[in-house]
Amino acid sequence: MVRYLFHRLWQSVVTLVLASIVVFIGVRALPGDPAIAMAGEEADPAAVEAVRQQLGLDQPLPVQYFKFVGHALSGDFGKSVRTGTPVSEMIGATLPVTVQLAVFAMLVAVIVGMLAGVVAAVFRGRWPEWGANGFSLLALSVPTFWLGILAVLYLSVQLRWFPASGYVSPFQHPLRGIYYLALPAIILGLTHAAVVQRQTRSSMVETLTADFVRTARAKGLGRGAVIFRFGLRNSLIVVTTIVGLQLGGLIAGAVVTERIFSLPGIGKLTLDSVFTRDYPVIQAVVLVITTAYIVINLLVDFLYTVIDPRMRISGRAR
Amino acid sequence: MTEPLLEVRDLEVAFGATAAVRGASLSLNAGDRVAIVGQSGSGKSTTAHAIIGLLPGSGRVTGGSIRWRGEELAHAGEKRLRRLRGREVGLVPQDPMSNLNPVARVGRQVAETLVAHRMCPRREAWARAVELLGQAGIPEPARRARQYPHEFSGGMRQRVLIAIGLACRPDLLIADEPTSALDVTVQRQILDHLEKLTRDLGTALLFVTHDLGLAADRADRVVVMSEGRVVETGPARDVLNAPQEPYTKRLVAAAPSLTGPMHESEPASDVVLEVSHVVKDYRVRGRGGTLRAVDDVSFTVGHGRTTAIVGESGSGKTTTAHLILGLAEATSGTIQLDGAEVAGLRGAKLRAARRAMQPVFQDPYASLDPMWTVERIVTEPLRTFGDGDRASRRRHVAELLDQVALPAALAQRYPNELSGGQRQRVAIARALALRPSLVVCDEPVSALDVLVQDQILGLLSSLQEELGLSYLFISHDLAVVRSLAHEVLVMRAGRVVEQGPVGQVLSAPADDYTRQLLAAVPGAATFMQ
Amino acid sequence: MTIAAETPAPSARVHGRVGRRLLRNPLGVIGGALLLIVLVAGVFAPLLAPYAPTEVHFQTPFQQPGTVGFALGTDDLGRDILSRVLYGTRASLEVGALSVVFAVIVGVPLGLLSGYWRPLDALISRLADLMLAFPFLILAVGLAAINGGGLANAAIALGIAQIPAMTRVVRADTLRLKETDFVLAAHTMHAGARRILGQHVLPNAASAIIVQATVIMPVAVIGEAVLSFLGLGIQPPAPSLGIMLSDAQQYLFRTPWPGIFPGVALALICLGFNLFGDALRDALDPKSTR
Repeated sequence: MVRYLFHRLWQSVVTLVLASIVVFIGVRALPGDPAIAMAGEEADPAAVEAVRQQLGLDQPLPVQYFKFVGHALSGDFGKSVRTGTPVSEMIGATLPVTVQLAVFAMLVAVIVGMLAGVVAAVFRGRWPEWGANGFSLLALSVPTFWLGILAVLYLSVQLRWFPASGYVSPFQHPLRGIYYLALPAIILGLTHAAVVQRQTRSSMVETLTADFVRTARAKGLGRGAVIFRFGLRNSLIVVTTIVGLQLGGLIAGAVVTERIFSLPGIGKLTLDSVFTRDYPVIQAVVLVITTAYIVINLLVDFLYTVIDPRMRISGRAR
Repeated sequence: MTEPLLEVRDLEVAFGATAAVRGASLSLNAGDRVAIVGQSGSGKSTTAHAIIGLLPGSGRVTGGSIRWRGEELAHAGEKRLRRLRGREVGLVPQDPMSNLNPVARVGRQVAETLVAHRMCPRREAWARAVELLGQAGIPEPARRARQYPHEFSGGMRQRVLIAIGLACRPDLLIADEPTSALDVTVQRQILDHLEKLTRDLGTALLFVTHDLGLAADRADRVVVMSEGRVVETGPARDVLNAPQEPYTKRLVAAAPSLTGPMHESEPASDVVLEVSHVVKDYRVRGRGGTLRAVDDVSFTVGHGRTTAIVGESGSGKTTTAHLILGLAEATSGTIQLDGAEVAGLRGAKLRAARRAMQPVFQDPYASLDPMWTVERIVTEPLRTFGDGDRASRRRHVAELLDQVALPAALAQRYPNELSGGQRQRVAIARALALRPSLVVCDEPVSALDVLVQDQILGLLSSLQEELGLSYLFISHDLAVVRSLAHEVLVMRAGRVVEQGPVGQVLSAPADDYTRQLLAAVPGAATFMQ
Repeated sequence: MTIAAETPAPSARVHGRVGRRLLRNPLGVIGGALLLIVLVAGVFAPLLAPYAPTEVHFQTPFQQPGTVGFALGTDDLGRDILSRVLYGTRASLEVGALSVVFAVIVGVPLGLLSGYWRPLDALISRLADLMLAFPFLILAVGLAAINGGGLANAAIALGIAQIPAMTRVVRADTLRLKETDFVLAAHTMHAGARRILGQHVLPNAASAIIVQATVIMPVAVIGEAVLSFLGLGIQPPAPSLGIMLSDAQQYLFRTPWPGIFPGVALALICLGFNLFGDALRDALDPKSTR
């Protein structure tokens, strides 16, 4: 198993390095000369050259890449072309908002999704299944950003149940913070709840019709015991992987949700930097997001080996 | 007279609108051993499951009664059945691989039963489970109870399932094909052990099996089922030696046995395949070691003759077949087909060699591409080798189907519209398309019911006579091999333990292992009498 | 020689059976009908729409639905919402179809290769990991930053994002199929990789590929709407359901209708694909018969 963990770690490092190269090259492929952008359109060539040297853009690409990685590792992503603030500060200010949003949304997704999935699997062929399946079908089909817009209009502006926009840190004001994040998190979590529901349902149905469950019933175990002891544990394994894989979609969703609810998160930072071509910020944001994705999926895989005993020995299963 | 322990009368079970059991009756007294015998689809397992109220899917009891000590169970509530299951009636299910929860410790799975029926205080359940595992014949039970199912072999898992089935000392144990997934020698050990345990506990046994010989070996009374009905009931010996009903007669006649004529052992005139000193090593992943799957195997297949390789799982018999077919490369040794070396060939030469030998595989459901019509399947070899044009291939199909006794109208059907026996005939037709000198049959009948198995064996043997085919026949079953083979090799753990003419190997085995295999053939004792 | 004592062969044809099972599933029929409506609306938008999607009527902004001449009302510039929804649906379907084609063209060969040849598997799996690490929005952000927005770029970004999933589906099927006895038998006939992959593996994997395509479609349709909503996808004044929602958001307090219809259209498109895809998967999977 240790071998497997090292193997996974190594794979992740390779992916990370590849991702950083893609980001580096991608940013170099952006149109426009960042030196001119920084120095200003009317600056004379000497001034532009000076900026270029200052940014290290006159050096060969591999050198630039290693400098970029070296700086990134020490948390230095350069300064925003637009505002001159260090990029690390900008990320430090926005990242927590997005992480909180994502965590709450994931909680919503897992709780609602698993509940609906269990209901659908246990009441197969009866109305609760239709209800739970209908919910996930709708949540998958209705674009959540549209739902978000309508929710702001009706729930926040007209009924005033929720704040329409703004952010309060849950660490400073726990209740107010959660109150401000609740609606965005529910909206963002819905699609993912649908995905979790479907996976939970199919894995529970598979487990509950498995031979070993019939054997358990033949031992004299009740239906309830079988559902909880067998079905839930096995579907938990499936849901764990889903959570990792859903992260990409969650980040994409966060960008839109932050825009609709005017949350000062990393999604908003991304959009702003794209529209202003603030390339150090784009580069840093993309790198942070991909790194987060890779690291979290690595953690999920490690967690997996804890939950599934088959993984502990062979390192591969399923 | 006392009331029977279990009395099933005119039981009817249906899945949706399809009837699976149509009036089955049987009765069983305390301590009895009764076997239900039938082919797939006979309703034997369904009857057994109906007794403990665990019919799968849409299954419902639609008629008749199930009396347990006089109490009606056919429509008993879940609460009553839960007390019955495990406590009064135990179950040993069929497939040891899928019947244990993969993510729970084995000890816990045994303890669960005890706790569910309050057989002992929760704290003592684990210790009792370890004890039960030991009784079921699991060595070092204290250590192994902490392990997970995937760390156990098939035979050991079946022992765990037996420990679970007998944990609460039930009055009746239902064993549903408990060993059909296991090797014959393991099967024998486990059934011996099961017999001893149930005798000691005085538990009655309801034994469900497709194997008439096994039923006769293990039960006092036999209930033969077919198409949801009980065809014949009686003492095991009588049913086997003097069957009354036509169906049972056919079943007894078709069962491969250790009696009946064998091929004469005169040497073949010329040799089609000559394998000498073949070795196959596999690298073991991760540990840098090697596993010798085939170890110094030599034999020949004579023209118009059959050489059979018999062995249990892990004996290297299938690997040997793959080496000959060029699906894997031998580490050393030579394989000569019609006098030309085939091992290590590439390109055009390998192509030519492959033309001369064709396979028939075990599972007729997996060996035909489900997306293709029968015609396309049968002509695949012709097309890959570029033989003939469209019209001539079409004529050829009709001819080939005729040879395997299939109507030509089947040519446009898809495999899943055919029965298992028909599929295996299609596979044989495909193997014959290129007129190969050698046909390699890898367990060609082991997935089939006994009546169909008998027909396919008959077909193979008549094709050999008509076309002068040579077979390499791989099987785990000595009885199946008996009627067909001229030469027999017995393999174990990659080595040949015994080889020679069929008469010599089966009638006067020199090796201990061959004798074990022979003794383990179900029904051997009963048929011999 | 008679062939006795065997279960009677089912008489139905495989291919006919899938269609019949689909028709027997009410949800599948509803999904199919929805899809048909949506496809007709998209394909024949130029014939069905009463106005050009960009045609402005400054005299009649913010008309309510049901107004004569503007069945679904008008937006802030007096553009006909029905026409814009029809053309927007067309654009959504275009992006969806393009990204499916993209994912199939790249993903299916990658899946076949990585399933069939072990050495390639590690390489392709790393590539898929890499692609997964860039959420589609980030990809789209990058592409939009490099090339500017637009329908094609949105489709490419969405298609790339779907490649790993498609590759995984095809790879899994290839791994399963290459171990089957009928492929083994083909090997003994000296069939080459091209023959085995093309004639045995691909036809058997086709159903999984089609089902995956029905999964990609709604994801891509919503993805396009999201990108256009954010200004990274289709650029105004070209019609897109996402752009309509983005525009409508600004004057939603005055009239909600321009923000309702595009959303309903999106939901119907996706519902159609999801329902039909589910039914198709059930019909194709023999185990799913209840």
